[in-house]
Amino acid sequence: MTAVIHASDLTKIFGKSTAVDHVSFEVQKGEIFGFLGPNGAGKTTTTRMLTGVIPLDAGTATILGYDIRSDPVQAKQRFGVVPETSNAYTDLTAWQNLMLMGELYGIPRARAEQRSSDLLEMVGLLERKDQKVQAYSKGMKQRLILAMALIHEPELLFLDEPTSGLDVQSTQMILSLLRDLNRQGTTIFLTTHNMEEANRLCHRVGIIRGGKMVAIDAPEKLKTAIDRVHRIEVSFDHEVSGDALAGLAGVTGANRTGDKWQITTQNKDATIRSLVTFSQENSAAIVTLNTLAPSLDEAFLRLTQEDKP
Amino acid sequence: MNPAGFFEQVRRAWAIAKKDIRIYYFKGPVLIFGVFMPVFLFLAFFMGSRQLPLSFLISGLVGMTLFFTATAVSPAIFPWEGSAKTLERLASCPITIEAIVFGDMIASILFGIGITFVTVIIGLALGLSLLHGILLLAAIFLAACCFSAIGMLLAVPPTNVPSNIMMLSSLIKFPLVFISGIFIPLEQMPAWGLVLAVFSPLTYFTDLVRYTFTEAHYFPVLIDIAALAVFTVAFTVVTMFLHKRTMPKRM
Repeated sequence: MTAVIHASDLTKIFGKSTAVDHVSFEVQKGEIFGFLGPNGAGKTTTTRMLTGVIPLDAGTATILGYDIRSDPVQAKQRFGVVPETSNAYTDLTAWQNLMLMGELYGIPRARAEQRSSDLLEMVGLLERKDQKVQAYSKGMKQRLILAMALIHEPELLFLDEPTSGLDVQSTQMILSLLRDLNRQGTTIFLTTHNMEEANRLCHRVGIIRGGKMVAIDAPEKLKTAIDRVHRIEVSFDHEVSGDALAGLAGVTGANRTGDKWQITTQNKDATIRSLVTFSQENSAAIVTLNTLAPSLDEAFLRLTQEDKP
Repeated sequence: MNPAGFFEQVRRAWAIAKKDIRIYYFKGPVLIFGVFMPVFLFLAFFMGSRQLPLSFLISGLVGMTLFFTATAVSPAIFPWEGSAKTLERLASCPITIEAIVFGDMIASILFGIGITFVTVIIGLALGLSLLHGILLLAAIFLAACCFSAIGMLLAVPPTNVPSNIMMLSSLIKFPLVFISGIFIPLEQMPAWGLVLAVFSPLTYFTDLVRYTFTEAHYFPVLIDIAALAVFTVAFTVVTMFLHKRTMPKRM
């Protein structure tokens, strides 16, 4: 695997406050990397440093092999940015905004026109290409921003809260486009508050709290890693003994909840195997079997210590 | 293609200039202000000071027009774009800060030159004869570069509130007009006034324009050109250096 983003000891200080404190991570080629954290945790500041918008106070950031400090133009030429706030020129039309981007990325006019048509078609704005952006809805502006970020076919795309405050239709369209882009090989760095979005979209997520990276892993691994004791919910087609269940290998407790049993264990895999064997030996067919993993929301809250009352 | 190469960055600066012209300069109020402001100032002095000949005042009118138009919009572009977050868009694009500043300067140069031609035509329509047309063209171009660099220099303070910059801009621009031999001929200025006039690039431009219409001048023509060139280079280098330092503070 090749790292397309290599951040090492990224640090940003505003006055007396350290907004980003020696953050290090890598994003691999072809990956969708979710960057999560509560408000003020340093997500946007980190993204702005990585995209060369604000300078680093310490550390290094290498984007697609280029140091963002010493080779910012070369790095920027190969990535696209979708910021949190729509920043298309509202006095220009969608078409003019895309043409401007084409020129800023050094794309030949004919190619820029072809790309612009294709992208506007893709984001459903082709019919309104000659309308000034000031008349666009928030969702339309965000779709246009995505198109502007893709004009030069970037290898890497930074997105900062791309679906924040959007209607369902625009959100679904953007998420679907991101999946398609990723399938075509674009690496995606996604900053988001939306755990469900991160859970469904990202191969790995990094969680930042108070300017420090507190966890980086696949969403499923993060969910399970926060709880050393796991819960399994099981029900059988006839009554079984609670003591027998509690005595199975790996099981640390068995509590009845309605017609189900909630099993606690430190080893999910061993317990499921034991339950299957138990079912066969006692001729008690398993009706339902659910592993009750914590949600990414719970993992996020636990890791950012915001679940405390 | 080397995106960081000089010519590629100049091409991208041209894209910035086209964007500026479309968004900020091709606006009715801006065009009207560009033409009317110097005309009204000129008329005020023409009516109130009848002993000054029209040929003297027209050089002042051309000087004021170019100075006010080339510095009219450029100081406010960065604050506008900073507050609209479009500056962040530009900062994430493969274009250097120097090229962004240069693009803003190109727009201001073209706007300044365009409106100044209107005043030159007014002068010719009033019966004045142009004696050194090529020199006037060269002087207008050089001074437009110099004044647009001043305009960008006024935009250096990293505020995203355009009114703050416009106030600062007026505070600097208006006194400069009064010390540059526009309304009071340099020959009639007191010694302290002449010392101040030497430090104003507008002085040299007005002196050059006066020469092209009347052949009268205070400084030798070569000194006027050299002074304008030195001011242009100095202001351009300083403005680019300072914007590079202050740009991150706007984000």
